[in-house]
Amino acid sequence: MDEFEGLAVRTPREGEVRIPSGCAICGYFSRDGRALPASDAVGAMSYMHERSNGLGGGFAGYGIYPDFPDDYAFHVFYDDDRAREETEAILNARFDIVNTERIPTRKMYGIKGAPRIWRYFGKLLPEVMARTELDEEEYVCRLVFHINTDVKGAYVFSSGKNMGVFKGVGYPEDVGEYYRLDEYKGYCWTAHGRYPTNTPGWWGGAHPFNILGYTVVHNGEISSYDANRRFMEQYGYKCTLLTDTEVITYIIDYLHRKRGLTLPDVAKVIAPPFWEQIERMEAGERERLTTLRNMYASLLVTGPFSIILGYPGGMMALNDRLKLRSMVAAEKGDVLYVSSEECAIRSICPDPTRVWSPAGGEPVFAELKKEGVEI
Amino acid sequence: MINYMMPDYEVVRDKELCIKCKVCVRQCANNVHVYDEKRDVLYADSSKCVNCHRCVTLCPARALKIVKTDHCFKPSANYTEDIIKDIYRQADTGGVLLSSMGTPKSYPVYWDKMLVNASQVTNPSIDPLREPMEIKTFLGKKPESIRYREDGSIETEKYPDLELKVPIMFSAMSYGSISGNAHIALARAAEALGTFYNTGEGGLREDLYRYGANTIVQVASGRFGVHPAYLNAGAAIEIKIGQGAKPGIGGHLPGSKIGPEVSRTRMIPVGTDAISPAPHHDIYSIEDLRQLVIGLKEATDYKKPVIVKIAAVHNVAAIASGIARSGADIIAIDGFRGGTGAAPTRIRDNVGIPIELALAAVDTRLREEGIRSAVGLVVGGSVRSSADVVKAIALGADAVYIATPALLAMGCHLCRSCHSGRCNWGIATQDPELVKRLNPDVAAARLVNLVSAWSHEIKEMMGGMGINSIEALRGNRLMLRGVGLTQKELDILGIKHAGE
Amino acid sequence: MKRVYVNEEWCLGCRLCEYWCVFSGSGEKRFTFAFDGGAVPPAGIRVEEYGPVRFAVNCRHCDDPLCLKGCISGALSRDGMGAIRIDKTKCVGCHTCIAMCPYGCIVSGGDNKPVKKCQLCAGRNYTPQCVAHCPNNAIVYEEGE
Repeated sequence: MDEFEGLAVRTPREGEVRIPSGCAICGYFSRDGRALPASDAVGAMSYMHERSNGLGGGFAGYGIYPDFPDDYAFHVFYDDDRAREETEAILNARFDIVNTERIPTRKMYGIKGAPRIWRYFGKLLPEVMARTELDEEEYVCRLVFHINTDVKGAYVFSSGKNMGVFKGVGYPEDVGEYYRLDEYKGYCWTAHGRYPTNTPGWWGGAHPFNILGYTVVHNGEISSYDANRRFMEQYGYKCTLLTDTEVITYIIDYLHRKRGLTLPDVAKVIAPPFWEQIERMEAGERERLTTLRNMYASLLVTGPFSIILGYPGGMMALNDRLKLRSMVAAEKGDVLYVSSEECAIRSICPDPTRVWSPAGGEPVFAELKKEGVEI
Repeated sequence: MINYMMPDYEVVRDKELCIKCKVCVRQCANNVHVYDEKRDVLYADSSKCVNCHRCVTLCPARALKIVKTDHCFKPSANYTEDIIKDIYRQADTGGVLLSSMGTPKSYPVYWDKMLVNASQVTNPSIDPLREPMEIKTFLGKKPESIRYREDGSIETEKYPDLELKVPIMFSAMSYGSISGNAHIALARAAEALGTFYNTGEGGLREDLYRYGANTIVQVASGRFGVHPAYLNAGAAIEIKIGQGAKPGIGGHLPGSKIGPEVSRTRMIPVGTDAISPAPHHDIYSIEDLRQLVIGLKEATDYKKPVIVKIAAVHNVAAIASGIARSGADIIAIDGFRGGTGAAPTRIRDNVGIPIELALAAVDTRLREEGIRSAVGLVVGGSVRSSADVVKAIALGADAVYIATPALLAMGCHLCRSCHSGRCNWGIATQDPELVKRLNPDVAAARLVNLVSAWSHEIKEMMGGMGINSIEALRGNRLMLRGVGLTQKELDILGIKHAGE
Repeated sequence: MKRVYVNEEWCLGCRLCEYWCVFSGSGEKRFTFAFDGGAVPPAGIRVEEYGPVRFAVNCRHCDDPLCLKGCISGALSRDGMGAIRIDKTKCVGCHTCIAMCPYGCIVSGGDNKPVKKCQLCAGRNYTPQCVAHCPNNAIVYEEGE
């Protein structure tokens, strides 16, 4: 925020109130690892303009920093220079920071109240790893939690490698222009336009939500929120934003990274089949799903949602088990498209070879072919 | 000697309606109704009436009603009628006052100060008549991690658990405190509903072993009726440390209720008092509990989950945390408004804490310690309706125990005279003439009706909240709002006030 | 055919069946009116009692009914539901049927007055009131052997 911040009426931020919201989501993924332009996502979101209300938009791209493929890329919002100095001291003490810069933006009508937005690239110092009992990812994850909760006015909104989140308050297509996304390319892009029922003015509250390499864009309002949140908080996750997206991201992080579940199994925990379907399955599958449902009962997510999960090397789209939110998938060549509305997909790819509506609880995956990423 | 005790109730007979069929005479075990042949009149001795409504309910002419007497003491808000009468009673007998069923005192009922959420606009409510609505629950310790085998299949630690088709179980009522027919009815209903009933500490009649898959066998401080076949007969074993209505004290089933059948089942001589000690004399500390838990698991080959039932007392959260680490699979907490077949009145009315606060405190504590998944959590002690069930689960319970509603379904009219042993409804009695009044076919059907009705209501409320699976309701405190509660109460319950 | 059966295990001897039977046969709208005058009219069902053993007895509606064979006036007949019914206008009160019934299930209505017996509450859509009002399901109305 600029120096005139004091003149603005301060509305409650995420974390201070729980704000339901409707949304538009979109994502595409090149299985061959081709660098796809971000501008397609920006354009696609403009076709779903009516699904947002100008109170939040954002994008996540994977494979976008080929110059720093093995460095953590931290994107940080700052309210003031003090917050930046404090955060940089924390980062410099632990990382070999090879690049520090303001994220390039362009002046935009429709984008206001932007914080100071910086990014840092660097590897964790070996001596830091030597003195912690945590593994590297867990260390970085906790450090991000620490900065976000303890450094006033600082918010790390992207913390993966060779990927990045770009988000803010405004319509998604404006946010994309603002961040000059036309200058970025990556093998996967996800996008989010937000329609909150309330008027938060905070950039950190926009989506995608990120932790390490995971990003989640989500459309829906989950009714299981507090059951999920209270379960996750047992395992050290602090749900500070009080948003669905945050808790869903943590669930995925917990199950996939910490518990080692495969993502198809993660999907079966979040949106399991009904018991009567499970009872009709053959013995092996029945036992597997019964075990998963029983073990992680509190991570079942109910209420309408469609989510696109981005992760290093892959993308997963998932609907709630009753399919209470629209979500369409399409394919052409090596690219998988997923979107709230088909029009957004057709704006990028007018002639997909296959268009379908994934069933509730049935995840759709795209992953890089083994050869690796085109850099 | 002067009789200080004036009747509490008056039996009112409408002479215009009465046809002198004398059903009331034949059905009152307290001999309230008398037929004078010489004068051809029916009259009532109201002083014996316990207000159980047996006569009222059976009178075909609807000629009877029971009213609270308007005979009164000089009104006082301090020395109320109840207090004065208790003093007279004790001055008469020199004894400890005994009562039955839950406390009638007007302590706060927190269930009634919490309201449930519903979906509007931003997410859809779900119609349980059109969409699946799942209330199946597993009770027990949950494994934390899984391993993938080579073929992609998964393996985990296996802990014994209970599978409940409805999140409602019948809580412990012993054979002895209630009749054999009541036990049969509970067993049949549990089987039909896919849930469990609990033997209480009176052992289990062998003819009920066939309902073992739906039976929780209890081990209490008196160890009545406990032997290997009994332990292995049930689906789970419950160690009863305490009961909500009488925390800190044992039990006493008078010798008059120990007939041949009860004697055989409890493994004690006919006619002797069955006295359960206040504590388990092999459990003086938490590490002793662990030994009993392991001992019972050894006796049952680690195949049955072990429940530890405690009364809700001041330090319940810390105690529950200790139990969760003792090897027990399930914790049952019994609130102080819960029922009893007999308890000292002062204890029933003054000891313990409300189940709602105990539940919230325990669930919060277990989560703070990261061990909520290490145990199932069951609460009882005045869960009176499906709304109470929904609120209990939203506060964090996995399932509830009900007993008083089950008794009411079977015909109990809450006259709170169980300790007399002359239950006119054939429930809290061992008198064969009275026991016969409870036909288990009828009672079981009514129990099934009750729980089925609650299930429908639970599903309706879940659907309204946009939740179609009970696990998404469990611990979902955002679905509750308090009304008329202080900030402290809200903090303990972990909920917001309505309007927030 | 569906008959009224009694399970003595659950019979409490409360005798409500007798009173509901009387009410059912009285045609009155209000229970109490059926017993105007104080005297209890004979019922089509009767509780037999001996010590702790008790059970209600009523007409078996036999496949080969002796009462019907003995009826001198043609007052007794079997209706479409299989119930042995009595035509009160034809009964002359000769009591032959009472003498012939091996179960003692026909009772006198008084000298030269029509006898009384269970008619399965034919006037109430064959919902036997003794069954409907038994507090313990000791009396059931079902197909039997």
